[in-house]
Amino acid sequence: MISLFSIQRMIPGRVKADRFNRTWMFAWLLVIVVLPLAIAFGLIWKSSLLFEDHSLIEMIVSSEWKTLSGKFGFLPFIISSLWVTFLALIFAGPVCLFSAIYLTFYAKAIVLKMMQPVIDILAGIPSVIYGVWGVVAIVPIVSKYVAPVFGVQTSGYTILTGAVVLAVMIIPFILNIIIEILNTIPKELSEASLSLGAGKWYTVKQVVLRKAFPGVVSAMGLGLSRAFGETIAVLMVVGNVVHIPKGIFQPGYPLPALIANNYGEMMSIPQYDSALMFSALLLLTIVLVFNLVSRFMIIRYEEKFR
Amino acid sequence: METTHFSSSLLEDKNEADASIQNKETTYFYRKKVDGANQETERNKGEASKIEVRGLNLKIKNKVILNDINVKIPRNKITIILGPSGCGKTTLMKSMNRLTELYPEMNVKGEIFIDGEEILNSRRDVTEIRKQMGLLSQRPYPLPMSIYKNVAYGLKISGRLKKRFLDKRVEHYLRQASLWNEVKDRLRDPASGLSIGQQQRLCLARGLAVDPDIILADEPTSALDPISSQEIEKKFVELKNNYTIVMVTHILRQAARIADYVVFMYLGEVIEQGPANEFFNNPKTEITKAYLKGSIN
Repeated sequence: MISLFSIQRMIPGRVKADRFNRTWMFAWLLVIVVLPLAIAFGLIWKSSLLFEDHSLIEMIVSSEWKTLSGKFGFLPFIISSLWVTFLALIFAGPVCLFSAIYLTFYAKAIVLKMMQPVIDILAGIPSVIYGVWGVVAIVPIVSKYVAPVFGVQTSGYTILTGAVVLAVMIIPFILNIIIEILNTIPKELSEASLSLGAGKWYTVKQVVLRKAFPGVVSAMGLGLSRAFGETIAVLMVVGNVVHIPKGIFQPGYPLPALIANNYGEMMSIPQYDSALMFSALLLLTIVLVFNLVSRFMIIRYEEKFR
Repeated sequence: METTHFSSSLLEDKNEADASIQNKETTYFYRKKVDGANQETERNKGEASKIEVRGLNLKIKNKVILNDINVKIPRNKITIILGPSGCGKTTLMKSMNRLTELYPEMNVKGEIFIDGEEILNSRRDVTEIRKQMGLLSQRPYPLPMSIYKNVAYGLKISGRLKKRFLDKRVEHYLRQASLWNEVKDRLRDPASGLSIGQQQRLCLARGLAVDPDIILADEPTSALDPISSQEIEKKFVELKNNYTIVMVTHILRQAARIADYVVFMYLGEVIEQGPANEFFNNPKTEITKAYLKGSIN
């Protein structure tokens, strides 16, 4: 009887503890939700000065960037960013996909085990080191060997260089996610396909990749977002010339580089400061759009095939 | 698991399902019949069984999973590989169509003959070998595509086929798996939308579509409800006229219902094998007796 009584007395205490724990865990969650919103609102507020005498469309479509006369056209930066990012994804995407397939379906388990630390180390290298490597290695290669093949003369500080450095930087990131996704696909599914007489590659193509497609898309989307925001390494090799690049052998000036190069320097001109805030806002918005698009693709795919 | 009154009730089930093997005389007759069937097939003269495993050993690192397995699986019968969980039943079955190759850590040694032809160390195209066998796994794994494409999958591998021919084959095999009436109006829907019992029958249809002579089934009813399980069992009894069926199970009652031949495994070894009737009525080893009584699981 005594024990029963004490249990009954304990219950309200447990309920209270439970409720308390739930509350503070929810509070942490709220931090995660509120923080990006706060950042976005901060950026909108800080860039509002620019909107007083510039329209949004005008700034995005115009390519005239004359800070002293108050002309802020962001098109060169947006285009440069898109060039560098998509080119990087075109380089990195297939490399990641195929090496992930090799590691999970063809290689012995030990190879994957050995590769894992290599991938982690690649992911952990500070981006400034990638930048230095780009300047020391990729810039001369592009200017001496690659560009002449296409009949172009360049200093080597080009969109292509930026994209190559960026691709190497996002490879470990995308590769890790794709390996994880491929590992979640039940082995029995491949077994089913193989037992029907399909070869390994046919199985990968028809079954595994179909099943993994949403995951692969979201991995690419995450890689894209990451590449889009990458600053230092790209800034060091991409040339930083304000113009709309017309090819991969021309220099570019991506959005993050714009902010990093100029912030703190031109604080005396309020509109300039505001313009940099606006470019940060643009960056955030574009990354958000990437994420939404990849999410949308996944949902559409799942409706169709699951 | 069944613990008591095993022998009487189980054997009743068994007799309902298949009354053909009643005593030792019929067993003898059945052996003869198998031999006779073989003489008719030219390519495997003198080969008494459809599948023969000789001296199969399988290790993962230093752990012995299968120890010197010797098994003969008769043609056009249901052979049940019986035994408690983790005794190597599934692994034995996977080595029969060389799916063990997917697990590089497995070290396989020995010989497996199908129609008298060695397959384990053969240089023949492994996909050709696998096509001789349809596989049903513990849970159904429909391919991530439509119902139609699931069945057509194996057919399409062998080459481009006309749509009308393909349609006919798909219908034929869905009918064989007793699924046609349930899915004929939604062939283009994703297979994952089917119930789990339907999915398992779809997997059966998909397996039959590559025209195998052998069906390998790894506890095919373990994820199913009783009615769906019964349908699968019924299907197997029907199909054994044209196929050699090998089924892994740990459900004694199920084995007793449909088995013609039993291979009993325990801790990676084959303890006993023989015609079902003999196995259930007259077990030879102590382990088998204990298992049949329900004292080993």
